[in-house]
Amino acid sequence: MNSVLHAEEDPIPLSALQHAVYCLRQAALIHIEKLWAENHFTAEGDVLHAVADKGGTRKTRGARRVLSLPLASRRLNLTGVADLVEFYPTPQGEVSYPVEYKRGKPKLHRADEVQLCAQALCLEEMTGIAVPEGALFYAQTKRRVVVPFDDTLRALTEHVAAELSAVFDARKTPAPTTHKSRCRACSLIELCRPETFARPVRKWRDRMLDLVLGTE
Amino acid sequence: MKKLLNTVYVTTEGSALKKDGENLVADVDGAERARVPLHMLASVVAFGPILISPALIGACAERGITISLMDRAGRFQARIEGPVTGNVLLRRAQYKAADQAEDIVRSIVMGKIANQRAVIRRALRDYGTEMEVPARTELEHAADRMAAILRRVQLADDTIDRLRGSEGEAANLYFGVFDHLIRSPDAELRWTCRSRRPPLDAMNALLSFLYTLLTHDCRSACETAGLDPAVGFLHRDRPGRPSLALDLMEELRAPLADRLALSLVNRRQIRAGDFRHMDSGAVLLSDEGRRTVLTAWQERKKEERQHPFLQEKAPFGLVPWLQAQMLARHLRGDIDAYPPWFWT
Repeated sequence: MNSVLHAEEDPIPLSALQHAVYCLRQAALIHIEKLWAENHFTAEGDVLHAVADKGGTRKTRGARRVLSLPLASRRLNLTGVADLVEFYPTPQGEVSYPVEYKRGKPKLHRADEVQLCAQALCLEEMTGIAVPEGALFYAQTKRRVVVPFDDTLRALTEHVAAELSAVFDARKTPAPTTHKSRCRACSLIELCRPETFARPVRKWRDRMLDLVLGTE
Repeated sequence: MKKLLNTVYVTTEGSALKKDGENLVADVDGAERARVPLHMLASVVAFGPILISPALIGACAERGITISLMDRAGRFQARIEGPVTGNVLLRRAQYKAADQAEDIVRSIVMGKIANQRAVIRRALRDYGTEMEVPARTELEHAADRMAAILRRVQLADDTIDRLRGSEGEAANLYFGVFDHLIRSPDAELRWTCRSRRPPLDAMNALLSFLYTLLTHDCRSACETAGLDPAVGFLHRDRPGRPSLALDLMEELRAPLADRLALSLVNRRQIRAGDFRHMDSGAVLLSDEGRRTVLTAWQERKKEERQHPFLQEKAPFGLVPWLQAQMLARHLRGDIDAYPPWFWT
């Protein structure tokens, strides 16, 4: 029943999940309010992805490597493109292994892992074969970080997808994250204005008027 | 802080604007006169017969640089704009709010009257002692009555029409004493009353021209914030009228345009000779006068002030954009009202 309902809704882009882990409001500003989308993605759409975006299939070390693979999950109403998926032959069939390219280095929050895990959930639904792990490749450290898709990460990913779904349905932009350090590092801070959120403007307006009329 | 991008004003008749690589280039009689990188540009305003190449139009549309075409007198003719920005949810919220706009209008009217009054108060503070007694008394009286109107606007549970009435009442008081703010001995620069379309004296011509520039900036600010410039709150919808841009402008007219007009005249940078008198009685700025005003306007936009609500420094030129953003955040439900920009 759910899938029928979802079919009529716009699917959630896989890339929105990482924004949602970082800050649900950031995800809403980018994906619902379409704020500064071009600039944001320009900064983000790095040279790395330009390479991955070429697409195509190659074979190395016994694995099929597929670049820019379209993915979707009807159950979670997700859609997107994986940078790279490697397929390894096993007696049970080909096991997929998603690899996501990231600028910078591994982070303290789990945004990148959630995005990768969401790709795994899509692959499992599409191929019918379990995806036990994948990897994040960080440009700055030039290392692959192996990410096992354990129950905790799967539960977190499903939770974030559900939260994001609710925000998309409500079409309402939620409050800023309570992690102040994330605001400081956020490229959308000027458009988000977290410090003004829920500030009582009417009271401020009255105070300003008292000030303007009182200093004479 | 968001970068204050430049506006290129082209006033030389027969100029040709074209794209050269990532630059806008202005040619006059086949010789290059100016070159500006496109990434530094927010908009282009062309006065009178100026050629603009299709390649430049395309590049501007793609980068969100708006091109406004004015006639020789500085009246708006047309505007070339890229795809609509922003999202439909914000616009829907704007349209919905327009049907129940009392509190937004209250903010706008409060900001406008407070800032007009601030212009009067500043004049009294700066040279009140040098004034003739009747003039000073009249200014003080106007400021007091405007204070009373402000309190009424703040406290009364008014309809939009009554708020509009208060705005008009304050404007009459303000323009009623505006002449006392002019310190130039030039008889031709004296003020009588507001006239427009066409302006009938020099000061009105000067104000009208500055308002045109401000409207252009406010309209761009609406577009950038994803708002529909045609759907206003204080200004009623009228086809072809940028009502929301005019709304945003109300708070800024006195401190940005009126104050600048007074400075230009009081410092004698603009004199009676900078105006052209038409046979119909209409008065327009001369080409030379217009250049002086445009230079001063560009400088004015770079001046920094503390934003009263955001509590951070911002150049005047970004204030329309910040106010449009605050309005958008209010419409999206972030804050309980639209915070006016008080000039302090």
